[in-house]
Amino acid sequence: MNRYPLWKYAIIVVALLMGGLYTLPNFFGEAPAVQVSAAKAIYKVDAALQTKVVQALKDAAIEPTGLSLENNSLKVRLADTDSQLKAKDVIQKALVPDPEVAPYVVALNLISRSPQWLTSLNAAPMYLGLDLRGGVHFMLQVDMAAALSKKIDSTAGDLRSLLREKNIRHSGISRNGDTIELRLRDAATLDAARNLIKEQFADVAFTDAPDAGEFKLSASLKPEAARRVQEQALKQNITTLHNRINELGVAEPVIQQQGLDRIVVQLPGVQDTAKAKDILGRTATLEMRLVDDSPEGTAAAVGGGAVPYGTEKYRERNGQVVIVKKQVILSGDSLTDAQPGFDSQTQQPKVDLTVDAKGGRIMRETSRENLKKRMAILLFEKGRGEVLTAPVIQGELGNRFQISGSMSVTEAADLALLLRAGSLAAPMEIIEERTIGPSLGAENIAKGFDSVRWGFAAVALFMCVYYMLFGIISSVALGVNLLLLVAMLSMLQATLTLPGMAAMALVLGMAIDANVLINERVREELRNGVSPQAAIHAGYDRAWATILDSNVTTLIAGLALLTFGSGPVRGFAVVHCLGILTSMFSAVFFSRGLVNLWYGRQKKLQAVSIGTVWRPDSGKAVAPRD
Amino acid sequence: MEFFKIQKDIPFMKNALAFNLVSFITFVAAVFFLFSRGLHLSVEFTGGTLMEVAYSQPVDVNQVRDTIGKLGLNDVQVQNFGSTRDVLIRMPALRGQTSAQQSEQVLTALKAADPAVELRRTEFVGPQVGDELAVDGLKALGFVVLGIMVYLAFRFEWKFAVAAIIANLHDVIIILGFFAYFQWEFSLPVLAAVLAVLGYSVNESVVIFDRIRENFRRYRKMNTREIIDNAITATISRTIITHGSTQLMVLAMLFFGGPTLHYFALALTIGILFGIYSSVFVAAAIAMWLGIQREDLIKPIAKDGVVDEDPNDPNSGARI
Repeated sequence: MNRYPLWKYAIIVVALLMGGLYTLPNFFGEAPAVQVSAAKAIYKVDAALQTKVVQALKDAAIEPTGLSLENNSLKVRLADTDSQLKAKDVIQKALVPDPEVAPYVVALNLISRSPQWLTSLNAAPMYLGLDLRGGVHFMLQVDMAAALSKKIDSTAGDLRSLLREKNIRHSGISRNGDTIELRLRDAATLDAARNLIKEQFADVAFTDAPDAGEFKLSASLKPEAARRVQEQALKQNITTLHNRINELGVAEPVIQQQGLDRIVVQLPGVQDTAKAKDILGRTATLEMRLVDDSPEGTAAAVGGGAVPYGTEKYRERNGQVVIVKKQVILSGDSLTDAQPGFDSQTQQPKVDLTVDAKGGRIMRETSRENLKKRMAILLFEKGRGEVLTAPVIQGELGNRFQISGSMSVTEAADLALLLRAGSLAAPMEIIEERTIGPSLGAENIAKGFDSVRWGFAAVALFMCVYYMLFGIISSVALGVNLLLLVAMLSMLQATLTLPGMAAMALVLGMAIDANVLINERVREELRNGVSPQAAIHAGYDRAWATILDSNVTTLIAGLALLTFGSGPVRGFAVVHCLGILTSMFSAVFFSRGLVNLWYGRQKKLQAVSIGTVWRPDSGKAVAPRD
Repeated sequence: MEFFKIQKDIPFMKNALAFNLVSFITFVAAVFFLFSRGLHLSVEFTGGTLMEVAYSQPVDVNQVRDTIGKLGLNDVQVQNFGSTRDVLIRMPALRGQTSAQQSEQVLTALKAADPAVELRRTEFVGPQVGDELAVDGLKALGFVVLGIMVYLAFRFEWKFAVAAIIANLHDVIIILGFFAYFQWEFSLPVLAAVLAVLGYSVNESVVIFDRIRENFRRYRKMNTREIIDNAITATISRTIITHGSTQLMVLAMLFFGGPTLHYFALALTIGILFGIYSSVFVAAAIAMWLGIQREDLIKPIAKDGVVDEDPNDPNSGARI
């Protein structure tokens, strides 16, 4: 009666093998490494780059212990931290000769020492949270009200110039909170204005608001348009952050949207928070200026001669020098949108730009006067300018125009992102910040580990002494629980934090509950004079309902924490919930397998080793056999 | 080995009134301290900046306080953290000044006083986030209470659900009472511990209720009080052993987990100890006051009179 069919043992063996396999990478530790990744999407980290890196290292007499190229990033594993630092300098020099133009990010990193075959099975060590590995965590709040307000302002400006263009006379456009009020003289112009808005402003909802004999239209952003504005502002800010963080040289930055208006930035290993905050909080500005293509200017650009008076020297992203005039035609404030697309005639990638009404007017005048000349778009960050692009003006431009020609699709997307990043990003504010020093992280790991180890030892010891063989089986099952839990965490790459490690200890303490239930039940059956085999059977079967009950209530608490928790609580909840699930497998299914394996085959079983079975009536203990 | 050699059922319910009185008094005391002293909430809830710095040698907290005091920051708390070399600095959130400036300023001042100081961690939480976390915490508590009640009402009967949740909420209040009385820091991990312990100790009550139901079926001549006594006596060994093993784990955390896990482990310890008390002495007693009876749990099966041990009842095997 206490036998498992073969398939049940097969499940156990498979689970143990999988558990062992995915837990394994955690034992190998980490090796110092240098990671090379592309700073912008247009640069590729490929085999050619790898050869270059290897050559550079060879010239410097540094022997890398491993190389891996994946996901557009190259990781060079090194023997120790000394050669890691040296290698970083060497690679930096080889790949980024000019810090003004940095196509690649060269960063220090740690990578798992686990052998190649494990990595190819996607088996990686647990992903440690910042509190265990050290680093910086920021939560930024995007000021959506400001993003919306900007949009409303630009819409009002567009409306004003459009009405002027169409010769519709109005007696005032004013902004009143989230609405734009348009006053008109008579019913005819009101109709004309209304039709115009309907045609040209898809994002705007308007209502008639007659006011004391005045003809008035009140317009506001449609909810879906407002949502789009907010989504875009958020996305744009994330892009901007990405670009800026690349500069910090962080190996594995995490930049994520959280909720509707928040961004979480995690920079593992970064200690210089002041610099990180400086870079995150920096504002970028965009300027459009004319390129000086006078003979003197061209000479300065090509030959590096003196820069003519009234001009400045900047570089394009590919390092090419461009001489631009100091006078700013338009600033980023005027740019309302930039989107990548395809030219309908040439099928070439392009970037569509939209500037506001005032900007459109200036563009028109400038382009008319400077046909066939080049106009540069510069991005200023930290007081340092960079030419994003410098196209030739091909015709008279309005408030919508495009940049096209000799661009790849990725380049167009990249340019559009950069243009937007420099222009209408909504302001952000740091609302949460956490910095953990590397020594504290290491200490936290040790402390969490110690808690789990000593707690486990104490519980296992008690179980073995109190329940003899059944206690040993319970302890083994508890060990399997830990193994499976670590394997699951490694497989899911869930972030392990210090509260997570505490949850691990706690869940082990709670998981033993199931085995205590079973063992007590078996004892009780024996006490009632049931035969050992029947007692084992009844013990497991009858304890199951109770175990399920207790796990459900614990799981309810776990799920609540997972749903409403944030940060440290979430880390706790993930491990807690996973641990409850694995404990049901190990404490019931697995431990019964062991018991069946041990006792199941003995037909005439006289006694089981489960410690003292005390009977109240005789007042004497039934001594265990073994 | 066997710790529990109990000859006869222990008359727990005879003293139910006394137990409930003890519970009530602790509960009232806890509520009193919660209101009079309030919880010492961590920066996660209040908003503000927290810095942990380490010195190479034991450091005088007053000196650190003086150094920071010169910066003109108000309401700065300075205390040792774990050892005499580690110092924890708490500053309230200032509107208009970013955390970066604040922590940078303090660290510069500390470095000027003693260059050997090392920044271990900083934590800044904006006031709006703090409010949100507090609200989310309450939501989580509500979710747990509701979830468990629905589950128990579905699994047993509303009287049990009410009894179990009152008993265990009273644990939660008592944990909070301890934190208020001793002014221990109440942080997010502590909140997690409180909720985890709530889920955990409810299952103690579940085990006892399971047994009560089974006894109603088995012993038709016993009255409710005797049935409850028998159920508690039969399960007490299991209750104490499981809580004991969990407590062993928690003790390991308390001793080895360092200062970060200290209050987390402390909350669990109180929760586990009071969890035993409340599920053994309080939950069943409340259920008794609420007037549970045989008919609540066993649906009478018509005419045949075959009521006990219904083999089709999925819970008929559930006992301990």
